Amino acid sequence: MDMFQNILITIATAATPLLIAALGELVVERSGVLNLGVEGMMVMGAVTGFAVALSTGNPWLGMLAGTIVGALFSQLFAFLVLTIATNQVATGLSLTLLGLGLSGMIGESFVGQPGIKLPNIDIPVLSDLPLVGKLLFGQDPIFYMALALVFAVWWFLFRTRAGLTLRALGDNHDSAHALGIKVLRIRYLAVAFGGACAGLAGAHLTLVYTTQWIENMTAGRGWIALALVVFASWRPARVLAGAYLFGAVSIGQLHAQALGFGIPSQLLSSLPYLATIAVLVIISQNRRLTLINTPASLGRPFVPDR
Amino acid sequence: MRIELVKRSQQSAWWQLASPFLALLLTLIAGAMVFAALGKNPALGLYYFFIDPLTEVWSLHELTVKAGPLILIAVGLCVCYRSNNWNIGAEGQFIMGAVLASALPILAPGFQNFLTLPLMLLLGMLGGALYAGIPALLKARFNANEILTSLMLVYVAQLFLDWLVRGIWRDPKGFAFPGSIRFPPAATIPEIIPSQGSAHYGFVLALLAAVIVWFFLGRTLKGFEVRVIGLSPRAGRFAGFSSTGMVFFSFMLSGALAGLAGISEVSGAIGQLREVISPGYGFTAIIVAFLGRLNPLGAIVAGLLLALTYLGGEAAQQSLGISLRAVRVFQGMLLFFVLACDTLIIYKVRLVGAARAGVTS
Amino acid sequence: MAFGTTNKKDETAMLEASGIVKTFGSMRANDLVDLSVAEGEIHALLGENGAGKSTLVKMLYGSLQPDSGDIRWRGQKVSIPSPFAARHIGIGMVFQHFSLFDSLSVADNIKLSLDREFGTGDVAARARSLSVEYGLPLKPDSIVGDLSVGERQRVEIVRCLLQNPRLIILDEPTSVLTPQEADNLFVTLDRLKGEGRSILYISHRLDEVKRICDRATILRHGKVVGHCDPRQETASSLATMMVGTSVAAIRRESNPAKGRAMLELTSAAMPASSPFAVALRDVSLSVSAGEVVGIAGVAGNGQSELFKMVSGEETLPRNDMITMMGKPCASSGINARRRLGASFIPEERLGHSAIPQMSLTQNMLLSRHGSDRAAFLRFGPLGLVRNDVTLRATKRVSEAMDVRKSGDDPDASSLSGGNLQKFIMGRELDRQPSILVVNQPTWGVDAGASARIRQALVDLARSGSAVVVISQDLDEIFEISDRICVIHDGKLSQPMPAGEATLEKIGLLMGGANPGHELPVAPDLAHADASGGGAH
Repeated sequence: MDMFQNILITIATAATPLLIAALGELVVERSGVLNLGVEGMMVMGAVTGFAVALSTGNPWLGMLAGTIVGALFSQLFAFLVLTIATNQVATGLSLTLLGLGLSGMIGESFVGQPGIKLPNIDIPVLSDLPLVGKLLFGQDPIFYMALALVFAVWWFLFRTRAGLTLRALGDNHDSAHALGIKVLRIRYLAVAFGGACAGLAGAHLTLVYTTQWIENMTAGRGWIALALVVFASWRPARVLAGAYLFGAVSIGQLHAQALGFGIPSQLLSSLPYLATIAVLVIISQNRRLTLINTPASLGRPFVPDR
Repeated sequence: MRIELVKRSQQSAWWQLASPFLALLLTLIAGAMVFAALGKNPALGLYYFFIDPLTEVWSLHELTVKAGPLILIAVGLCVCYRSNNWNIGAEGQFIMGAVLASALPILAPGFQNFLTLPLMLLLGMLGGALYAGIPALLKARFNANEILTSLMLVYVAQLFLDWLVRGIWRDPKGFAFPGSIRFPPAATIPEIIPSQGSAHYGFVLALLAAVIVWFFLGRTLKGFEVRVIGLSPRAGRFAGFSSTGMVFFSFMLSGALAGLAGISEVSGAIGQLREVISPGYGFTAIIVAFLGRLNPLGAIVAGLLLALTYLGGEAAQQSLGISLRAVRVFQGMLLFFVLACDTLIIYKVRLVGAARAGVTS
Repeated sequence: MAFGTTNKKDETAMLEASGIVKTFGSMRANDLVDLSVAEGEIHALLGENGAGKSTLVKMLYGSLQPDSGDIRWRGQKVSIPSPFAARHIGIGMVFQHFSLFDSLSVADNIKLSLDREFGTGDVAARARSLSVEYGLPLKPDSIVGDLSVGERQRVEIVRCLLQNPRLIILDEPTSVLTPQEADNLFVTLDRLKGEGRSILYISHRLDEVKRICDRATILRHGKVVGHCDPRQETASSLATMMVGTSVAAIRRESNPAKGRAMLELTSAAMPASSPFAVALRDVSLSVSAGEVVGIAGVAGNGQSELFKMVSGEETLPRNDMITMMGKPCASSGINARRRLGASFIPEERLGHSAIPQMSLTQNMLLSRHGSDRAAFLRFGPLGLVRNDVTLRATKRVSEAMDVRKSGDDPDASSLSGGNLQKFIMGRELDRQPSILVVNQPTWGVDAGASARIRQALVDLARSGSAVVVISQDLDEIFEISDRICVIHDGKLSQPMPAGEATLEKIGLLMGGANPGHELPVAPDLAHADASGGGAH
């Protein structure tokens, strides 16, 4: 039974970075911006988180650094697509390419070094409960933070005036501009939030999930986070479900590899990617529903007349 | 200070030509700053990166070897991106083209005659086109986002190749190293001037493809269709063009060219199938396509330039100890600057001082 | 006249703008514009498309900043840096292309324009009471995307009134309304005026300006060309001031003998292709050689869907639902229909009937590569474009339609709306089509070009072609049509001869009335009349 709980915990650990990165991107896309640079921001967060934690000895500082670097890195993208109205798809791609390159260079001296793990929270007594004690009361702090973030993002988007404004400009930035809403300023903030989330998710990879730095270690997780947003129809609670589903697939295939079964490990490794495709196909088939859910100004550049 | 954009009534022809050069200049400046930050002499760094590889004949040969696949892939991507279909899985199509074409020399090593090579090239194109057909089908039939599906298929292709060369296609005499048998001469793209260097006819194929696709895009009705659908799907419908057909056409054309690049690399440069056959050509070609302003002839120039960064990276590493990974940083910065400078074609950029914003009542 | 009250000449000005200049690139959109709006008056701002009306009001509402000039608000010099500031001092605006959010509820839409923090419930309650008070019924919980244009305008107006503005700017408010809905609006405006509020009313509809406005300021090419009391003017004297020269009336001989049926729709139906589209139901129409059939209707009732269905941009499963020149073609694509002799001009110029980033010769190819394949292309399947031939055709069309452009072959985006529309019209007329279907032929086009385009449509019909004009501009419909029908909620009314059609009959059909059925909008009307009556 302990093994069962351990599997659930590893699923949660695998799901957490996807969840955080996807929540960030959800807010960005709700504001009408498509940032395909999640992978790049994530990998930047991963390498700086690792480097700062190692050189200061403090994993919390690493987490903070990863988050800040993710946010700063996203502002490169924001400047291009918001201030000078470049193509969002191409610019997001270039952010990913640049992030992968830069992180490789920064992390060169850290390859192979043992890292520092963010300590788990351990609530005495409760975490010793059978079956679910460790799962509910003995995980890393980012796990709880991610769950809180689901609620926070939902509350912000659907219960606050600022969230309403953000959704409004994702729906129609021209109307928002006509009412005097600062379209670009809000989008800058949304992109920064998305970057911070991606950076935090990356830092989670190097400070909780694996505690080492390997080049390109995000391995497509940023892209999967992007797919999760589509899967979730831009709703926070569904991102939670999707992230755990993907966590389960990737942990499931790892366990299957360990057990053998005679299935080629490469086939098992490709399961998360194939699952992403399958999920996208299933969710997008209903064009009508997709059209209703997608923020109407997603990906469209906005240049106010002056 | 604030930046404001004012839309031009007509695209600026001057900036269409000048923007890639401005982008290059900005990249060089930023690159010099990176070198300085790394404690290296910036002038020397730039010299090794961009000049040194051009000073020797063998390295000019190397340049064409690297540029060939970049140009081939980028030419296909030009058609894709012009038609607003975002194929970013060329790396996967490159691999699958190489895999399907390599089946011939690996599975039928005895089949060696004048047909072997042409057949392999055709199989390469077929493999790439079919693999690119998957995201096309998923987009056309199921409305699934082609950016994500084509990218996911890159990982799948890489794992598939890994499985092949470690498993059923591994050379039994290869001392347990992953990799297929070495291709026989009849299955190898010949070198152009073997006595001088490694340049092979794959580069000629790339130039040919660029010229043909350039002519096709600029002068034929189908090329017109590509541009119309890319600029406005609604106008495309008005013209009686099919967006769905264009999804398949553009994806499979670019897949075919990526597959051709794949087999040309494996057969011309490597000589066998290995677990890694591309240093990220499929992604770098995205930069090539944009730097070439989505024009196939521009892609030739841009392909040579990006190939130069690969060689320059090696030269700078050997001479100055600069990390090879700086290459990808350079490439990423270049794309950023290219996209930024392209804004000048459509917009006039104005700097507005704080004075105007601060009107008081 | 029910609406005229006293002439307010010596009133203190609510708003006074003087010497306003605004330049976009090399174009002076506003050149030393003066405007004064008195307290409690309805002031008309008249001008053609592109005369600078929208630019001026955007500056008054803070969306744009003037390059120079002063704005005085109740005697005080002010600057209006943002719409928030405008609302704060008491200026409200109802936009022409509504500034609403389709995916949000009415209450959320209202909340977004309010500058202080409100709870949704509070907003809904206040909106409801205001809507009752002014006879503008609203449902706060409905999603704006599901509303009709008239309902959307009510949301805009209520949203504006919630701010308790002293000056309300209305930009072309009746362009999307039925004549009856417009009457309701006038009642509301009169009541607002009675409360001492000022209204700046932007329109190019001269009869309604004459009817409700106390004073008018007329703009032409960015300059003020006159102030007047519209009630003392005639529609044609106002038009002359607006346009600068008198516009030639359309020459039209009386309805000729009925020719053979060229275009026939038989119970054609098309389901909605997207959540925001209108389904077409049971559309039947026969258009004969020699006639212009006008299709009136309020925006969003299926006009663009009808255009798609007739043009073949969307095809139907049953081939005999549409015939052209006697041949069934409902399942054929747009180029097959063009080869039967039909031509099509959609509403949107930029990105539909033309591609702004492409040159005129390439735009020539856009609609004619299929019908003129032999002339424009060579080498069969290779389809090599004959640039010399397309360039000659572009020249021919530009000369025939007097298209003013810079250079031989500029990008479509560099032409003004009127000139581009003349080019597009000429591109299709150059083929001498037997059938022409056009949606909103003069939308956003200046008076000179409009007249030329309308004349060309009438002339084409008189030369023996069948012409269908879908338009939301009733003046245009009445000016050129031989028969008129109305599209409402995806259904087409029986066509009636133009001689029998009256504004009232057409207006009722536009509002959804069927002969013998009760008017669906009747409750609103009654409500508005009651409250309007109270104001007198």
